Amino acid sequence: MKRVLSLLVLSLVSGIAAAQPYPSRPVTIIVPFAAGGPTDIIARISGEYFSKALGQQFVVENVAGAGGTTGITRGAQAKPDGYTIMMGHMGTHGAAPALYANLKYDPAKDFTPIGLVAGTPILIVARKDFPAANLKEFIAKVKDPAAKVKQAHAGVGSVSFTTCTLLTSQLGAKSIVAAYRGTGPALNDLVGGQVDYMCDQIVNLVEQVKGGSIRAYAIATPQRSPALPDVPTTKEAGLPGYQVSAWNALFAPKGLPKEIHARLNDTLVKALDDDATRKRLLELGSVIPERAGRSPEALQKLVESEVARWNPILKPFAQQ
Amino acid sequence: MEFLANLSLGFATALSPMNVFLAFVGCFVGTMVGVLPGVGPIATIAMLMPLTLKVDPTGALIMLAGIYYGAQYGGSTTAILLNIPGEVTAVVTALDGHEMAKKGQAGAALGIAALGSFFAGTVATLIIAAIGAPLTRLALLFGPAEYFGLMVFGLGLAIVLARGSVLKAVIMVVLGLLLSTVGTDLETGQDRLTLGIGELSDGVDFAVLAMGVFGIAEILRNLENPESRSGAIAQIGRLLPTREELRRCFGPILRATGIGSVLGILPGNGAVLGPFASYAVEKKLARDPSRFGKGAIEGVAGPESANNAGAQTSFIPLLTLGIPPNAVMALMVGAMTIHGLIPGPQVMTKHPTLFWGMIASMWIGNLFLLIINLPLIGLWVRLLKVPYRLMFTTILVFCAIGIYSINNNPYDVYFTAFFGLAGYVFIKLGLEPAPMLLGFVLGRLMEEKLRQALALSEGSFMTFVERPVAAGLLVLAGAVMLIAVLPAVSRSREKAFQE
Repeated sequence: MKRVLSLLVLSLVSGIAAAQPYPSRPVTIIVPFAAGGPTDIIARISGEYFSKALGQQFVVENVAGAGGTTGITRGAQAKPDGYTIMMGHMGTHGAAPALYANLKYDPAKDFTPIGLVAGTPILIVARKDFPAANLKEFIAKVKDPAAKVKQAHAGVGSVSFTTCTLLTSQLGAKSIVAAYRGTGPALNDLVGGQVDYMCDQIVNLVEQVKGGSIRAYAIATPQRSPALPDVPTTKEAGLPGYQVSAWNALFAPKGLPKEIHARLNDTLVKALDDDATRKRLLELGSVIPERAGRSPEALQKLVESEVARWNPILKPFAQQ
Repeated sequence: MEFLANLSLGFATALSPMNVFLAFVGCFVGTMVGVLPGVGPIATIAMLMPLTLKVDPTGALIMLAGIYYGAQYGGSTTAILLNIPGEVTAVVTALDGHEMAKKGQAGAALGIAALGSFFAGTVATLIIAAIGAPLTRLALLFGPAEYFGLMVFGLGLAIVLARGSVLKAVIMVVLGLLLSTVGTDLETGQDRLTLGIGELSDGVDFAVLAMGVFGIAEILRNLENPESRSGAIAQIGRLLPTREELRRCFGPILRATGIGSVLGILPGNGAVLGPFASYAVEKKLARDPSRFGKGAIEGVAGPESANNAGAQTSFIPLLTLGIPPNAVMALMVGAMTIHGLIPGPQVMTKHPTLFWGMIASMWIGNLFLLIINLPLIGLWVRLLKVPYRLMFTTILVFCAIGIYSINNNPYDVYFTAFFGLAGYVFIKLGLEPAPMLLGFVLGRLMEEKLRQALALSEGSFMTFVERPVAAGLLVLAGAVMLIAVLPAVSRSREKAFQE
């Protein structure tokens, strides 16, 4: 009798659970980096809108490590029930396959893409007294072996590393390279004039550029940024081929049910039209994708093209 | 006059009832969590940061700063009462503080720690307000080569300061250096010494190592011999130091405030050296250095003041340049950016009320520490008088939760358990874990700075000779280490550390 009763209760409970519309409990957004970084902030801003729009808390969980691949690996292995989603990134879903031989996921195959959230433009910056008036002169210096130009980056696999490696490989130049642990220390030595230049996300550099402690030569996006309207685009400054951005996008584990997938994408599309959300993203210097760029299909295409783009450039730095 | 105008703007902001309340809550909660053995400011701030997300940015930063000071003071409390420093800077406090506690003078040790910290905090607040910006320019003169010199100097001090034989200290420092090389290579991105364990690819976490070798190992040692628990402080004694003690501590507090303030400004966690440097200086200047390590009140007053001064001046690179000099400040950056503030030179001009309000609240936070903690020491002590069988399980659970919450990584809990066992073995072998921890902290930075300096000089070691500051620091480091092994000094040193 007891068993029958408990079975009855159980089926009743699960029946209720199945009947409840998604989401019926809090949703976890895995952020594969430590709290406070650009990816984390973007996840928190969008999570706030999701919480309001869907009536359940979207909680950020920071799972940092191994260039973001630790958190994304965990996310890829989660149940595809819509209660675990993750904030992927140019590194985790573009550069990682080239850098990590033992990567436990395939960015193009193991996820249900939800949509692109924001792009963070890349700036080329130099110490404030670097002897080059504009990007062209800067390029000439970097290409000149006698000038011994020194580049700093925030560690192998970081955005500043991948984007600057792309720059030097496009220019066919070789710089003296000093590696730092994170943007902070690298920026410190750039401000102090110990190194000559670096590339990084605008959000990390904007205050120093505005304050005049470093100078920016170009921004690698088609349009200038409202955060730094005086900085020319790479196209304007004479390096049109250098187009790169640290994008952030929401992914779910592979096999997400269709209705939940549609619900999440729809909410994301609306979030990116919401004035308050837009304002906060723009304040960070982010670029918000147009309607067409917010679809799951567009994101899938972006992932595939990014993996193909980074592979030849980063393969020489791959982990054995 | 501008200085006074800025400070009055700051106090007007910080003294609003809401902000005073937040500073109070921050200090109280910070102390409460920080007093848990093994939980240092980093873990405390990380655990409590969610609390501040609902407040406006100024209030949030004021509360976080309060949590930071509270946690730091809580860490000193456990260092003195239980011989478990919550973080590396409290290691030195434990040397004499716990000896004092064993003699029944725990109250005096805690009292002088609070008074010294308050004095140092007051001075450091004024320093930040007055000369924060110009001083940052000085710190910027330090390039990788100079930092490398500074780190070697720091390790030299770690060896001189260790109790017991020089050989054992060197062994532990080298072990710390080796541990710091675990993880992804900085320049090539290759895994080093990870034994194929993916969770080690970011290296050993400082909190994991510290909680293991200090927290867990201490618990194990106590379990072995429940009757003679080293933490069983029978009496606290009077809290306020006597006139004689105050007279003896006046000089050390003054010197330590200077030392700590200067080291704290250096980006690259110079603040960590403050307590060590202050302890070394006081011991050197003392008429009877053999008292140190046996409960000398100067050995508590100096390092505690240096610690607090450094903790505060380390806000300078953060607030003026937007560059966090250490892990705690990195958490502060995180908190600021979550509130939509990008730390940097523009904070001072764009958000003057926030900037000066926070500086004023530092002093208010220090005042609260004094007000809350002196009367509440009894409460904290009673917390520590709970029977071991109850306290240990609770501490272990809290340690596990705290460690897990830093990275949300279950492996960190396993690693902590492993380092706990290792720490127990160290105790059995008579090896001091403190030099290892310092070797670990400095090792990572040292390797980084060495390789950066060599990369920038294209492999020429002459960079360490050609740059005068770097060369000077390396000579100083050599001198310190030489002194440690000189027969005459090493004899007196052994005498000094004998228990």
